[in-house]
Amino acid sequence: MTTWPILSVTTFLPLVGALIVYLSRGDDEAARRNACWIALWTTLITFAVSVILVLRFDPSNPDFQFVEKANWLATGITYHMGVDGISLPLVILTTAIMPFCIIASWKSVKNRVREYMMAFLILETLMIGTFSALDLVLFYLFFEGGLIPMFLIIGIWGGPRRVYASFKFFLYTFLGSVLMLLAIMALYWNGGTTDIPTLMHTAVPRSLQTWAWLAFFASFAVKMPMWPVHTWLPDAHVEAPTAGSVVLAAIMLKMGGYGFLRFSLPMFPLASHDFAPLMFTLSAIAIIYTSLVALMQEDMKKLIAYSSVAHMGFVTMGIFAGTMQGVAGGVFQMVSHGIVSGALFLCVGVVYDRMHTREIAAYGGLVNRMPLYALVFMVFTMANVGLPGTSGFVGEFMTLLGTFKVSIPTAFFATTGVIFSACYALWLYRKVVFGALVKPSMMSMKDLTFRECVTLFPLIVLTILFGVWPKPVLDMSAASVQQLVNNYNTAVTAVKAAALLP
Amino acid sequence: MSFETAGYQLAPVLPELVLAIGAMALLMLGAYRGQETTRAVTALAVVLLVVVGVLEYMVPAGKQVTFGGSFIVDDFARFMKIVALVGSAVTLILSTEFLSDPSRRIFEYAILVLLSTLGMMVLISAGDLIALYLGLELMSLALYVVAASNRDNAKSTEAGLKYFVLGALSSGMLLYGASLIYGFTGTVTFTGIATAATAANVGLIFGLVFLLAGLCFKVSAVPFHMWTPDVYEGAPTPVTAFFASAPKVAALAVFTRVTLTAFPGIVSQWQQILVFVAIASMALGSFAAIGQTNIKRLMAYSSIGHMGFALVGLAAGTLEGAQGVVMYIVIYVAMTLGSFSIILAMKRNGQAVEKISDFAGLSRTNPLLAFMFAMLLFSLAGVPPLAGFFGKWYVFVAAIKANLFTLAVIGVLTSVVGAYYYLSIVKTMYFDEPAGQVDPVRVEVRAVLAVFGLFNILFALFAGPVVTVASAAAKSLF
Repeated sequence: MTTWPILSVTTFLPLVGALIVYLSRGDDEAARRNACWIALWTTLITFAVSVILVLRFDPSNPDFQFVEKANWLATGITYHMGVDGISLPLVILTTAIMPFCIIASWKSVKNRVREYMMAFLILETLMIGTFSALDLVLFYLFFEGGLIPMFLIIGIWGGPRRVYASFKFFLYTFLGSVLMLLAIMALYWNGGTTDIPTLMHTAVPRSLQTWAWLAFFASFAVKMPMWPVHTWLPDAHVEAPTAGSVVLAAIMLKMGGYGFLRFSLPMFPLASHDFAPLMFTLSAIAIIYTSLVALMQEDMKKLIAYSSVAHMGFVTMGIFAGTMQGVAGGVFQMVSHGIVSGALFLCVGVVYDRMHTREIAAYGGLVNRMPLYALVFMVFTMANVGLPGTSGFVGEFMTLLGTFKVSIPTAFFATTGVIFSACYALWLYRKVVFGALVKPSMMSMKDLTFRECVTLFPLIVLTILFGVWPKPVLDMSAASVQQLVNNYNTAVTAVKAAALLP
Repeated sequence: MSFETAGYQLAPVLPELVLAIGAMALLMLGAYRGQETTRAVTALAVVLLVVVGVLEYMVPAGKQVTFGGSFIVDDFARFMKIVALVGSAVTLILSTEFLSDPSRRIFEYAILVLLSTLGMMVLISAGDLIALYLGLELMSLALYVVAASNRDNAKSTEAGLKYFVLGALSSGMLLYGASLIYGFTGTVTFTGIATAATAANVGLIFGLVFLLAGLCFKVSAVPFHMWTPDVYEGAPTPVTAFFASAPKVAALAVFTRVTLTAFPGIVSQWQQILVFVAIASMALGSFAAIGQTNIKRLMAYSSIGHMGFALVGLAAGTLEGAQGVVMYIVIYVAMTLGSFSIILAMKRNGQAVEKISDFAGLSRTNPLLAFMFAMLLFSLAGVPPLAGFFGKWYVFVAAIKANLFTLAVIGVLTSVVGAYYYLSIVKTMYFDEPAGQVDPVRVEVRAVLAVFGLFNILFALFAGPVVTVASAAAKSLF
């Protein structure tokens, strides 16, 4: 069907862009502009190539497509790439969000622009690679490799407490991941290969399932992040530059959810079933607790960061419900949250660039000076709340529906989280946008510029579009999700039946 | 040749002979023509090492044993010797600047490195305890002198003396252990010991423990690591680079050969020792490095930690473990030589700077240097996709297969602690304000850095062939 390695091209195109940026020497204003333009074009071309993926993708086929396989390390470790209905939406999400990140950094990043663009482009390669790797070692390579550029992005271009935040981010994630690495090794010896499609059909002994599940959990729970290992996220988000926060919230958090879907559920169905109550509990706590914490925040970015943790709680809850609606809802929620939270961080970036503060108390009455901004911000606030008609609603509703069939208490508590999310989101909106315009510093604020409109309007369109017509995303993932859920249920019922035998 | 009788062929030792004769010839050159020849002798020494490396590469494949079993040339030996030769040659290249100072024109330096390398080659090929001891002593005696080669510097002299005293002690322990092993098995050849040592026997284990203690000293594994930080800090930087690379290769190679070929019958006995040593080295290497302010001292602790990781593979006691050790050594040597070339490149106004705080803001003053060092540090921390990750993968994968789960978990956890101090250096280079300009980097240092820096960054691309070679090398031990 395809004659050229389209997936590898998508993955490594940003890396080529980073090399070009590197070769464009100079440190004057023109060179900086150049770096920005090269980065923008690279991300746009990458996005265009990834659109070809969508066009050629066969949604009725639940297996991996665009598969590429080549020898890499001897003994069962290969360079194996491919996407299915679960990973393709996330690949597209990545390629789609990146141009916005570059545009959002156009003015706000002033020093070391070339390095900044290179870091983002390398990060893009690593993120796409994470979602399309079909070999555990290759996956780990991309998954962990992303730490390096993100560490530098937070540490070099971040806020005042950037060193603390970057170290916390790196060490937390690294700690979780090395345990996963050991589990990968155990799986390697169990199956004789690190090939993901093969391992999905390899029986894993029950005790190994439990340990391996816990090790993968250590990594993905931190990445997700789930309560109680979420504490790196608010720090990282607050200190990171706007585009860094967008990438973190929109894409990097999805790696955790993707990991659960790709590894935990298909490879360790029994352990996943055993630990589902734990996941439900943690998800429900995350949804309620972090929503309450969000209510108390004085920093806009921190508030959105906590709301991200809460929304990721819906994802984990849906995934481990193990039902069609739950898992499909989880995938959808990831895509939706990627768009909405990314956009919210962009919105914060807009006012931060003008006022250089993220304190909620410093704002008020923005609607008088920035009506357009008020409108945009409202759409995303509503999507964050999960108002019907926005994409946020679909994801939350489907995960709750899927969970309801399995665990009513979890669904009950998680639903209260929806109310809390309305509380903090609307409170934030009221504090920032409404009220009297009394602060002198805000009298001269300008409304959205053309550049900012370019970053925000397409995201509004997507938010509303997926809110009223979620079919494209759901259709894309349906077959793969169906297969995943079927395999999971077959494995679980087989064991239950065996247990009932005398 | 007439004295070539059965079992005593000279062909397999051709590279060693060339190296020995070449070293003597260069010594004569230096002795008769005086200190002005330092440059020429050093350059010729590098050429000699390259020639020996090529000869070693051309030695026919397969296992050859000569000198009545004392000397073994197999894939493992060939591979390790080439790695050690690369280490020696590169450190000689890095020493050019050190030797160009009028007060330090010492041609003996290159000769000593050559002799030490000869010792390493004998050590790597050792097939019995006597050859092992001979190789070890030849290597070490030359190293003691090299450590003190900066004669007018008190720290360098102290480093040499300290190394000598502690080294002599460890040699004594090793000899004591060897004599006990000989006493209880009645033979000194590894194959003979392997046939005799099938069951645990208190005397034999005593000997084994002393032998391993001596070897642990040479690889600077805890609890025999005390000399490392002081010697690394005191010795001239190129010498430190040498200590951290080639001798470690040789010592780890003989460590692997002794444990796997001489004591395969009592794996459980030495496995527990190695598990302890590995855990202690990894933990000490990670925690003690945190408080360091001198980059060379930090590298000393880092190398202690890395030896611990390499021993994780050996502790598995399996083919995979041996392969892990081989992979780890190759990658470790590359990372170490790359890092030391950066430490050598760090000069302000002609003065070498060694404090970590001197690296502040390097990413602004010399972005390429900072980038290369950052990548090397991430690699030392074991972050993919850099070379260091693959080293860790192959040793831990062996440990997991051997069911050494506790060791593996502790190992990866200490690697997280280790990541902290590597990150601190990255932070100093990237997040802090510049501490002033650095001098232009000399061309030979740049070349070395380019080779090993790129090796480190691009390792994932050519990892396949390296794995194949390493696994062939490991197989020859079984």
